Formats: sequence, structure tokens, C-alpha cells
Amino acid sequence: MSSREKILASVKLNQPQTIDLPDISFLKGDSTNAIEKFITVLTTIGGKVVRIKNLDEIKSLLPQQFNLESRIVTTIPELSSIAELNTGEYIDPHTLEDIELTIIRAHFAVAENGAVWITEDLMGQRVLPFICQHLAVIVEAAALVPTMHEAYQKIGEGRYGFGSFIAGPSKTADIEQSLVLGAHGPRSMTIFLLDGNLSKYI
Amino acid sequence: MNNEQKDHAALADIFNKDEARVDWHDETLWWIRAKRDKSVHQIPEWEALRETASQIKNNVLSNLHTYLQQFETNAQANGITVHWASDAKEHNEIVHSLLKMHDVTRMVKSKSMLTEELHLNEYLADHGVDVIDSDLGERIVQLAKEPPSHIVLPCIHKKKEEIGALFHQYMGIAEGISDPQFLTETARQHLRETFLTRKAALTGVNFAVAETGEFVVCTNEGNADMGAHLADVHIASMGIEKIIPKREHLGVFLRLLTRSATGQPITTYSSHFSKPRNGEKMHIIIVDNGRTVQLGREEFRNSLKCIRCGACMNTCPVYRRSGGHSYHNAISGPIGAILAPNLDMEKYADLPFASTLCGSCSNVCPVKIDIHDQLYKWRQVIVQKGYAPTAKKLSMQAMAKTLASPTAYHLAGKAGRWVMKIAPFALNNKLNPWYKNRDMPKPPDESFGEWYKKNR
Repeated sequence: MSSREKILASVKLNQPQTIDLPDISFLKGDSTNAIEKFITVLTTIGGKVVRIKNLDEIKSLLPQQFNLESRIVTTIPELSSIAELNTGEYIDPHTLEDIELTIIRAHFAVAENGAVWITEDLMGQRVLPFICQHLAVIVEAAALVPTMHEAYQKIGEGRYGFGSFIAGPSKTADIEQSLVLGAHGPRSMTIFLLDGNLSKYI
Repeated sequence: MNNEQKDHAALADIFNKDEARVDWHDETLWWIRAKRDKSVHQIPEWEALRETASQIKNNVLSNLHTYLQQFETNAQANGITVHWASDAKEHNEIVHSLLKMHDVTRMVKSKSMLTEELHLNEYLADHGVDVIDSDLGERIVQLAKEPPSHIVLPCIHKKKEEIGALFHQYMGIAEGISDPQFLTETARQHLRETFLTRKAALTGVNFAVAETGEFVVCTNEGNADMGAHLADVHIASMGIEKIIPKREHLGVFLRLLTRSATGQPITTYSSHFSKPRNGEKMHIIIVDNGRTVQLGREEFRNSLKCIRCGACMNTCPVYRRSGGHSYHNAISGPIGAILAPNLDMEKYADLPFASTLCGSCSNVCPVKIDIHDQLYKWRQVIVQKGYAPTAKKLSMQAMAKTLASPTAYHLAGKAGRWVMKIAPFALNNKLNPWYKNRDMPKPPDESFGEWYKKNR
């Protein structure tokens, strides 16, 4: 008997009588002041939030914070004048090692924990949001959900090869519980919260 | 490691020699417990969330046979290769054979308590494979040649000066540096080189979704993602109990996990791996290693609901003052003490006794495992099966005889009071464990029975 069969047989023999799944539809968040909550939470966990009305604002804000001579990669065609564009064409992920800033967009954001949901198709390359020194993510202010329950309702049965909730910069407190930003991934995370429609830029 | 011959009390004695360190350890963990409370109190439906999570896990355990197969079918349809391992040996052999198949001798690994339980690193080292742990805390204990002392905070027992000394020795930094910012930056530079040069990455699994065949890995550092997205081969190891039925259930568990663990609202990265990327090979190893036996133990099967948040450790008065290494098991603390006897009742017979049974662990557990009840029940099983230490067995027998006979009981009380009065040194010495760190009480002049006879 293979290990698979052995394990499954043993599970079947030992599992208790069926207990029903609970109803989880009662778990809902409150969407009042969602934007304020999102900003407060993300700021608390080390992220930055900048409210913008259009993508041109990003173009004028960036030079204040980043050296435009360094490598900046984006998946958003509208920003190709200030960054290298990658919309998913294959490149060896190792060649992305020297990226200073990645600018991508997210499907939506979650008010209760400051996370944004990004799937592979928005990342260009899977490693792109992780390998850069700094990460900027554009998300529509209207696409804000109160809790993770609404988040998974929104994801629904959507198919993706890879997706991640990202909440703030990479961090660790492994050394005597002192919080340090920039463990292995981005040292900072900026969310551009867009008042308006993102679809016209892509 | 010769630690394995000593029991919890003996190992705790070693930890307790440095009183200042014990205080620091105790306070640090309590501070994390306090952060958990603060975070939890912001969620009005917290108790309903715990109850729901507990019920989902009950359903999982009662339907695991179906869910495991459903997960396998969906993962395979997604292009993931699924392997099954009955025990540590089989798991470690599968990992090694996959590495050999891809001609890999150096691997990067993110946090996986399962591979600690299975002693994968030692196995691979013996077979000429170099493994680097990429979680900062795990890297630190790996350099120190120690196991993690906590499932979420692997080097919580280490002072920053000790970490600085390790980095001086292994990463060439100047002597005497202990600034966490500097040390973290040093590790970042070193491990970046590792991520970029390793062709195989192994990660753990926090949740595996039966409905979709995807699995979720949570980290704050981004090390699982850096490893997996840069490697040609991604191996994910999971215990059979990591299954959850549906994707929407992630909403419940991701809300509970990190708030319980560290008080954060969510980990920085909650990554959902569904399909290998172009050209990449993705493998999942589903491991039993005693879990199906535990599933069959009606009184203890609840322990398989654990989502590895570590809240029970942070709150445990014994863990906080004895340190994770005193549990001589990959998983320490209260949850480790109810999981370990299932694996080896004789070797871990001491662990269920390393508790005050105060119940704080059960109160903070996000999936409502009755941890302290199980600790109590394990004690009974261990004594019945004859695994209790002889001294404990003899004293329990003497106690049982004394309590069963009123004559013996009154006599013993009298004798005890007389000894404490006439010869206090017979008890006030280091042979008496109750005398450690406290004074023995003054003996009363008479027992309640004697007083009652005179005064009724």
C-alpha cells in the first residue's frame, strides 16, 4: 500500500463523525470611515498613504522621494515615461535584483488591516513586489472593503496563479522585539489612493 | 543534543540560573501577549470569530479524508505535484530525491515548524545538501546551532549582544555591535545573495484550501516569497491538518492568526500559491507523522486544530519562565506539551506536567483548543501507562493511601506539624523542591479537626 493510501485509510478510520460547517455569512464589517481606518492602520504598520486625483500627481511626486536615474519598474503603461514597463513579458527574475522602486496596482484594499490584494497579472513578475527596495501600489479609494470577509467575497472564485495580500513594508522584530523595516523585501511601502477611476490608465 | 536526556524541570533549572534573563524573557513575552489583547479588543466580534474558526476546524477534522483528496485533485489540476509522506524519513527522502532530480545541493528554506519536527536540516546536511534558513530568527538560531525556542519568535531567548557576536563570527561584522537595525541590514545583504543563488526553495504552509488546491504562506519578512519566486523548484511541506475547506474561510483564519500571534492586524505578506510560474516546478509534500494517530485519540484530536500562532506560549507562566528549549521538542509551550506525547509518550512524559493548569492558554487560543484540559488528561494517560517518573509514582501512591485512611491522614498531619516545628531544617533545605525561591509556612498549632473538636 502506498503512503497516500495508508494515510488516507488511517484518516478515514480515525476521523470523527461529520460535523457541519458553520455559516459565516454573519461575519461582516462596517464600511463607515473605511478610508480613515485604512490610512490609520497602514500608517501604524509602517506604510505611507498618499491621496491622489490622477496619475500625473505620481509623476510629479516621485522625483521628491526617488532618484529617477535608479531603476524603476512599473506594470502601468501610463507611467512608462518615468519607469521601465513590464506587463508580464518573461524576464529572468534574477535580473530584477537592482530595482529601486516598483509601481504596480492592486485590485482593492482592506480597511481593517491595511492590506492590498494583488494577483500575478498585476505584478508583471511574481518577484517584482518583493525584490524591489521600495514598493508603491495604486488602488482606487472606491475599491476599499472593511474586512477580510468582504475581501474574499470580492475575490470570489477568481482564478490566479499567484496572489498576495501585502500590508506595509517588509519587517522583522526577531532581534529583541525591536521593529526593523526592510527585512528581505521593500524597505517602504507607499499606497497611492486614487480618487477616481484607474481603468482609463491601463 | 544531550538536552534530550534531561526533563523539563532539569532544563528549566539551567534557564533559571540567570535570574535577570528569566525576568527579561518573561516580560518580553508578556508584552507580546498584551499587544495581542490590545489588537483583539478592537474586534467586537472576536469571540464569534474564534468560535467560527473552531467549528470550521471541527468540520475539517471530521471530513479530512474527503478534503485531502479534493485538495490533491485541485492542486494537481493547477500543475502542482503532490507527494505523501507517512513519517519524517519518507518526507526527508522525498525532499532529497527532488533536489537530486534537479541537481541541487544548496537550498533556501523559509519558516516551517514541520521540517523542524522532521529534522530535515540534519538529514540534508548528512546527505551533502546545504540548507540556509531565511527567516531572520531562524537564521540566528541556525548559526548558533540551536533549535528555535518559539514557533513564531525563534530566537526570543537571545540577547542582541549574543546575536552581534554570532554575526561577528559568521558574517564578518566588527566586534561588539548589537544595534538591531544594523544586524538586520547585515542579514538582509547576506541572505539576498542566498535568495539570488539558490535554485530550490522550501516553504511551510499555513493553510491549504481544498476547494481550490492553493496554499497560503504568511511571513512578515517576505522571505518565503523571495525564495520561492527566484527558485526553479518550490517545495512546500504541510501536515495533513493544514487543510481548510473553502477559500472564504481564509478570511476567518487570517483575521485571527496574526492578531493572536503578535497583535498585528495581518502579516505583511499572505501569499496564495496556486500554480507554478512559467518554467517553475512546484511540489507539495503532505505529511502524516503521527497526526492520524492523534486524530483517533478522541480526547486529544482537538490539538490538530492548531494554526501555530504561539499565543499559548506568550501567555504561559511556565513557558515564560522556563524558556522554549526546556520543552526539548520542536514545538514548545502548552501546545507542544499536548502534541509531543502523541509522538513519543515516554520521551515527552514530563511535558504535560510542565504547567500550572491555569487555563490561560485555552483562553487565548484562536481556534479554542482546550489545551489545559488536555494537559490534565495527558497526565492521567501517562501515569496509567506507567511513564511517570518513579519518584512521582511512589509519592502519588503514598498520597493515595494516606488520603484514603482517616487514621493515616490524622497521623501524617500531626507528624508533619511536629517535624516543621521541631526540625524545620528537615524541610527548609534544597532537597525540598517546594523550598526553592520561597519560605515554608509556619506550622499551625493544631489541625482544623482538632480545633473543631474543642470549639463546636
